[in-house]
Amino acid sequence: MGISRRNFCKTVAGSAASVAVLAMMPGNLMAKWSDKAFTANDLAAAIAAKYGSLPIEDSTAIEIKAPEIAENGAFVPVTVSSTIPGVTSISIFTPANFSPLVASFDVLPRMKPDVSLRIRMAKTANLVVIAQAGGKLYRVTREVKVTIGGCGG
Amino acid sequence: MKIKATVQNNVTSVKMLIPHSMETGRRKEKDGSVVPAHFITEVTATCGNDTVFHAELGPGVSKDPYLSFQFDGAKAGDVLKVSWVDNKGGSETGEAAITAM
Repeated sequence: MGISRRNFCKTVAGSAASVAVLAMMPGNLMAKWSDKAFTANDLAAAIAAKYGSLPIEDSTAIEIKAPEIAENGAFVPVTVSSTIPGVTSISIFTPANFSPLVASFDVLPRMKPDVSLRIRMAKTANLVVIAQAGGKLYRVTREVKVTIGGCGG
Repeated sequence: MKIKATVQNNVTSVKMLIPHSMETGRRKEKDGSVVPAHFITEVTATCGNDTVFHAELGPGVSKDPYLSFQFDGAKAGDVLKVSWVDNKGGSETGEAAITAM
């Protein structure tokens, strides 16, 4: 079969469209950066901005690994894991900071609900971790004592 | 950025270190001027056609963010791509081949 001009144009247009769709996908699949949740300056407002008004219950199925005493609040190592089935999102908050939401992770289908990072804490305060599963939020709270605050200027 | 990805028993562990100032917008210079906020807002990792990691960060994440996570279904030799964007439109993409543990 020869390539007619019409078919050639169709093919080119088709692949260009697929490329455009692929290039757009990450943006469409991923929620935009939750600016309202990250700029909220109290804990309840930050949780509400991130998760809406879903019911929250305390859970023992979320584990926070963090030092009891952090000597340097600029680098507090935190590991969060959960055994709650069907978790789709995990967020770390601390009322120590001017903006309590520190980071939020989408738990995608291939990903384990187990993440580590280093965070800033301005002073001794709780770490509050919220995990979403279905239409419910699960919360665990843990205090970290901070010797030298990490947000000084 | 540095990315290390190792696979064992079908679970790939990823560790990354991204050099970035992560300015909170609340720090002041000695002369009293405020250093403008400049921080990474999103980090995404893909393996093959799947997005395997997506995080939103705020200025509460430490300077030079360290992040680690685990995901299923990759094998040694697969390539993991990581990209980030910051609040000033900066971005970077890096990749690493997954190695057997």
